[in-house]
Amino acid sequence: MNTIILSLLTLGSLGLIFGLVLAYASKKFAVQIYPRIEKVAGLLPGANCGACGFPNCQAAAAALIEGKTEADSCVLIEEEALRDITKIIGQKGRLRRLKEKKVARLICQGGKDQTEEKYIYQGVKDCRVADLLFGGEKACPYGCLGLGTCVQECPFGAITLDENNLPVIDEDKCTGCGKCVQVCPKEVLTLIPKSKKVWVACGSRAKGAQVKKVCQVGCIGCGLCVKACKVSAIILENNLVRIDYQKCTNCGDCVEVCPTKAIAICL
Amino acid sequence: MELFLIFIGAVLVNNFVFARFLGICPYLGVSRKSETALGMGMAVIFVMTLASLVTNCIYTYILVPLNLIFLKYVAFILVIASLVQFVETFLKKVSPALYQALGIYLPLITTNCAILGLALLNVIKGYALLKSLAFGLGAGIGFTLALVIMAEIRERLEFADIPEPLKGFPITLIIAGLLAIAFMGFSGLVKM
Repeated sequence: MNTIILSLLTLGSLGLIFGLVLAYASKKFAVQIYPRIEKVAGLLPGANCGACGFPNCQAAAAALIEGKTEADSCVLIEEEALRDITKIIGQKGRLRRLKEKKVARLICQGGKDQTEEKYIYQGVKDCRVADLLFGGEKACPYGCLGLGTCVQECPFGAITLDENNLPVIDEDKCTGCGKCVQVCPKEVLTLIPKSKKVWVACGSRAKGAQVKKVCQVGCIGCGLCVKACKVSAIILENNLVRIDYQKCTNCGDCVEVCPTKAIAICL
Repeated sequence: MELFLIFIGAVLVNNFVFARFLGICPYLGVSRKSETALGMGMAVIFVMTLASLVTNCIYTYILVPLNLIFLKYVAFILVIASLVQFVETFLKKVSPALYQALGIYLPLITTNCAILGLALLNVIKGYALLKSLAFGLGAGIGFTLALVIMAEIRERLEFADIPEPLKGFPITLIIAGLLAIAFMGFSGLVKM
């Protein structure tokens, strides 16, 4: 009987002491959680994509409360959530128009059927690794390596590789966070406004003849599209054409005249 | 000198992970990134050292005089749980990033058999206060060493060309086994 009472007392008092110490510690090291941060974090998309420059949505919410950033720095946010967040933060009259949504586009069409190879690459399936070996196996130094590093990087599963070893971007899933753009060693991915349907799908700044030698679908810098464009939105520089999206009207004339089909259109 | 021998013995010879096979769950769970592995290791060192100090005091000054040795399991778990809770509160305040990275493995230190094993080994070996402190510190550092080595290897494995069926945990377990064999090389270093 004595043993039972003794053990009860011992463990009980031990528990009490530890409990008191912990209670003191939790007071001393208390982390203040503002309920507003939780609320704002709940309204943010929660994808933790990092496009706003903060590691996750929680951190972005904290920065929003402190006024260090604007809610429209989020690439995913819907108009309604933006309004609610502005209401919570209390930035009256500071509600801005949503930034134009962007989408990632591939500026290369040279899959394995259209391009020549320098050598046969059998290493690790990662574009960044392949790029270290003389810029990858493609004869065109500007072309997509097609090993799918962007596919793995995309947090939204918007990129897949087709049978031609080129990444295909699902426009509905792509949020324009820009992670694939950052990770691509060849810089063949870029963000363009979602409303613009025409883009130059070649990044080769080599001369026309050189492009012809290594790729069937590269921009040879002929300038036919420059003449065809009614609003003069196309500029030819460094053997490559570029579209000025301020002027582009999505008419698609340039796509029709392009002899190598290096200007892509998505309808 | 004997303290030093106990310390070295716990770090290298009788490493908790490689020789006693204690604490395998966090060993495999948190060894994905060397940064988090180091953080986890620090937390374990802290908990192990303090736990061996407190459990030793409680055992010698409370349980033995009151003839309540059979309570040691419950009492030790109580101590460890409180310590882990303390570390958790502390980390949440000091380093929220590490707190998030450790995630579920932090509260799991409570049920980490390495720590209860340490407290019980202290009792079994009859270590006095200083010796048990050296043993606890050594065990913690040994655990951290194992964890960090593993994390560094696994970080390099990310880019290695591993056969499909071995990807992920199989290769990790093979490496753990090889490391354990490598650590057997220390077995003649200290005779304890």
